Amino acid sequence: MTTIRSTAAEMAAALAAGTTTSVELTNAHYAQIEKVDGAVHAFLHLDKEGALAQAEAVDAKRKSGTEMPPLAGVPLALKDLLTQKGVPTTCGSRMLEGWRPPYDSTVVSKLKAAGIVILGKTNMDEFAMGSSTENSAYGPTHNPWDLARIPGGSGGGSAAALAAFEAPLAIGSDTGGSIRQPAAVTGTVGVKPTYGGVSRYGLIAFSSSLDQAGPCARTVLDAALLHEVIAGHDERDSTSINAPVPQVVKAAKKLDVKGMKIGVVKELQGEGFQSGVLSRFHESLDALVSAGAELVEVSCPNFDYALAAYYLIAPSECSSNLARFDSMRYGIRVGDNGERSAEEVMKLTRHEGFGPEVKRRIILGTYALSSGYYDAYYGSAQKVRTLIMRDFNAAFAKVDVLVSPTAPTTAFKIGEQVDDPLAMYLNDIATIPVNLAGIGGMSVPCGLAAEDGLPVGFQIMSPAMRDDLMYQVGGTLEAALLSKWGAPILDKAPVLVGN
Amino acid sequence: MSGISREDVAHLAKLARIEMNDAELDHLAKEMDVILGAVARVQEVAASDVPPTSHPIPVNNIVREDIVRPSLSPEEALSGAPAQSEGRFKVPQILGEE
Amino acid sequence: MALNYDQAVAKYEPTLGLEVHVELNTKSKMFCSCATEFGGAPNTQTCPVCLGMPGALPVVNGRAIESSILIGLALNCSVAPFSRFARKNYFYPDMPKNFQTSQYDEPICVNGYLDIEIETDEGLKAFRVEIERVHMEEDTGKSLHVGGATGRIHGADYSLLDYNRAGIPLVEIVTKIVGGTGKYAPQVARAYVTELRDILRSLGVSDVKMEQGSMRCDVNLSLAPMGSGALGTRSETKNVNSLRSVERAVIGEVIRQSNRLESGERIVQETRHFLEESGQTRPGRSKEQAEDYRYFPEPDLVPVVPDSAWIEELRSTLPEKPSTRRARLQADWSVPDKEMTSLVNAGLLDVVEETIALGAEPTRARSWWLGEVSRLANEREVDPTTLITSAQVAEVIALIESGDLTDKLARQVVEGVIAGEGNPSAVIAQRGLKVVSDDGALMTAIEAAIASQPETAERIRGGNIPAAGALIGAVMKATGGQADAAKVRELLLKHLGQ
Repeated sequence: MTTIRSTAAEMAAALAAGTTTSVELTNAHYAQIEKVDGAVHAFLHLDKEGALAQAEAVDAKRKSGTEMPPLAGVPLALKDLLTQKGVPTTCGSRMLEGWRPPYDSTVVSKLKAAGIVILGKTNMDEFAMGSSTENSAYGPTHNPWDLARIPGGSGGGSAAALAAFEAPLAIGSDTGGSIRQPAAVTGTVGVKPTYGGVSRYGLIAFSSSLDQAGPCARTVLDAALLHEVIAGHDERDSTSINAPVPQVVKAAKKLDVKGMKIGVVKELQGEGFQSGVLSRFHESLDALVSAGAELVEVSCPNFDYALAAYYLIAPSECSSNLARFDSMRYGIRVGDNGERSAEEVMKLTRHEGFGPEVKRRIILGTYALSSGYYDAYYGSAQKVRTLIMRDFNAAFAKVDVLVSPTAPTTAFKIGEQVDDPLAMYLNDIATIPVNLAGIGGMSVPCGLAAEDGLPVGFQIMSPAMRDDLMYQVGGTLEAALLSKWGAPILDKAPVLVGN
Repeated sequence: MSGISREDVAHLAKLARIEMNDAELDHLAKEMDVILGAVARVQEVAASDVPPTSHPIPVNNIVREDIVRPSLSPEEALSGAPAQSEGRFKVPQILGEE
Repeated sequence: MALNYDQAVAKYEPTLGLEVHVELNTKSKMFCSCATEFGGAPNTQTCPVCLGMPGALPVVNGRAIESSILIGLALNCSVAPFSRFARKNYFYPDMPKNFQTSQYDEPICVNGYLDIEIETDEGLKAFRVEIERVHMEEDTGKSLHVGGATGRIHGADYSLLDYNRAGIPLVEIVTKIVGGTGKYAPQVARAYVTELRDILRSLGVSDVKMEQGSMRCDVNLSLAPMGSGALGTRSETKNVNSLRSVERAVIGEVIRQSNRLESGERIVQETRHFLEESGQTRPGRSKEQAEDYRYFPEPDLVPVVPDSAWIEELRSTLPEKPSTRRARLQADWSVPDKEMTSLVNAGLLDVVEETIALGAEPTRARSWWLGEVSRLANEREVDPTTLITSAQVAEVIALIESGDLTDKLARQVVEGVIAGEGNPSAVIAQRGLKVVSDDGALMTAIEAAIASQPETAERIRGGNIPAAGALIGAVMKATGGQADAAKVRELLLKHLGQ
């Protein structure tokens, strides 16, 4: 029997077999949201009307005998930084309160065309800047494993919705780890595809050269199914790759890593990594070896500079990308009393509309790009980017994929790091190199840390346009761990009873 | 290193069009000092013979055909406008000129 | 005593720099597929991309790149093997993203030149203007200021924004420093812009209508004491919107700057605005508190890397060079050098060619454009081509050639056309300007003249032909100048047996 705890693949099979309907599934998820989201706060907006209309349309079409795409009728949660025509899109910011975009992002167009039912928009750190979802202007999201803890960020809403069974699938975006780190700390799967693999058209930009939308799910196969829906060339995005989408579903189903060489990145373990995280990571390596993979230790010396480069490149691009939020054409307007000039109103609006982290990054980026500092900061960061790509290239000459823990720690407590930006930035230390190099990265749950019983993520990195390799390794690891545990990791999460 | 003053932050805030009061400027100046101190590390390895990377995936010459496609309707274009008049975006008086 | 222009250029050496913005005539915008047509209702040619909506991304118009490369090739530039777009960051409400997508240190074409000719006291002189760069960018929207003083920004209560123009492709052509012009700086500036306009028109890449703003010129000018070899502080006069204004703006700035220097003041590096009415400039934004534009490579666009086959293919489509064309036309029409230069520098070559193509005799076509039409244009301080069309001039000339108009009547017709009374035929009908060619009517007038001056008539009968002038004059007077004098003469002499 299909329940909200089923996988998306199971739901799709039940829909195809006619044992459930999309309306039934959609209503079941809204019931769960009704029950638990008061405590979790994964969603910022629910589009019940639109979702049920889509569900009904899909059911009717299926009933008429039309052959349907694989995920047709399956519900999904959408990160609130992708535009959906007519549906509020805030990016977790006050700045866009009430804005209803007049156009669909390419990802949303593809989801709609695939018959997927978009339940609503999920919470996130404002403009995707953060690692805890505490920077949302609409209040934090709570980790379903422990409501006092963060669900990761920036895509904490999407990850929490999966872990709380409010949706079987979600879309996230990953600029420095915003899909993978939330996946790690909520015991879910999150994939950052190769840069250019999924169109950025309609994805509200944080850092254009790093941003990438990707699938979030509870299993590797579900992520792969969603990956194939949203990936592919888009002529509206100049940086979109014009090549066939890697066959990730096929790869996720292989469950075999015999003869594969897996590189363990020396620099992404040890100091700063929680011991429970490291022990689960090493157990997972053992599982992969048992499955026939060969481990190779790999050194990527320039990864030590990745965080610094990232915190120059991302703020620089964001300072320019977020300039458009000026209250002239859309979004909120503050202080327009008929006396003030446009410039004064812009300044007041941007003061009120942006939260502290966004302002911090805009100012940092403005500095890094300003004349006299460009070469020392932005220019140097771009060179580091080259060095990191060289490290990856050298490593991939020797191994098929690289692995590391996804995040150095398990979920921390809400409020614990908000006053220490640098400590917060360290959460992304293992995920950032992937974005700088534009390659693929995935986080797969690999158990619970002994000391706190919270989920740990295992990161797999694959060369550009070889996203299939990480799915192959991820799927194999997931299967190996499942047979060891006897049940999915989320079965260990506390059952949320609601208020 | 660095030594970011409140005046520096005020200048940056002006460039970025963000109103900031004195307390915010002071706070941010301190934070900027710490963050810049940490990120300045990039200079240690950014040798002159290393080319900068701005695009992670190297592709060139992506262009579209010169074909007109339908625009938004003016209603859609203006749908998010905080204020509008006569089919145009209405904004506070613009001072200074280009 | 304030210096006049001649005194100013006797003491100071001007240095020019010219930046010309050209709107390309692509069908769609630079980075999106909205139409570029001029004059649409507000915000009807906008989309998420050109409105700078969150999430929207640019994609480059391929034809805009080709046009830019063509411009570079026609200006003898090298096409950069690698060029990129960059973001120029500054806030302005007519710029939807609050950055302009432009090119910075990696423009599409560099290092070209353009040869021009000017008339000097020593005759025609060739002059080479070196081109620093040709780069691509996008236009801004248009703002309308409401309340307060009309049309002016200061005192406006609010502003209204129309983004139809936002994102229209622009090419900016920047010269290197143009020195050594001496007192001919205004002529050099005008001849350069004229030649550039002719080239762009021949390439078919732009409408190059200065009045409509599809070609706009910024004039940079500085002065240094004669013989000092130094470079002075420059001013940048924006949006000079006619060929004549280019010349006037240079003169205006030379006079203004020289007088400031004379009175011991320094020149402020600033943007100035040209005032059509007075030919003077007024201050705009001071560059001394210049924005820091924080240029960086546009991450949403990829580099332009033209291969040599593509460049050569484009080169093969280049039309005849204006200089080659001029030589050809000059030979075809048998025009003296000096007059040819006047035609070119007055920007009249195209209209004269068109007029001749419509059947007018070359000498007449030239002399009408360069003479009467130019004179009327000068009176009105506008470009001659804005007053009357080639077809209208050709029609007037055809009427002269058929004997339906005299030169004198034709001048009245041209005046009428310029006054907006319609095409020549309409003006003729309205003003009743037809030549009196009816022999009967002329004979009546001739007989009346003979009757009033019988002695003169006798002298003519006796062989004193020159005496006919008095009678012809009387006939012309009687017909209100609408008779063809040659015809009157012929009829009169025949009537008197000569």
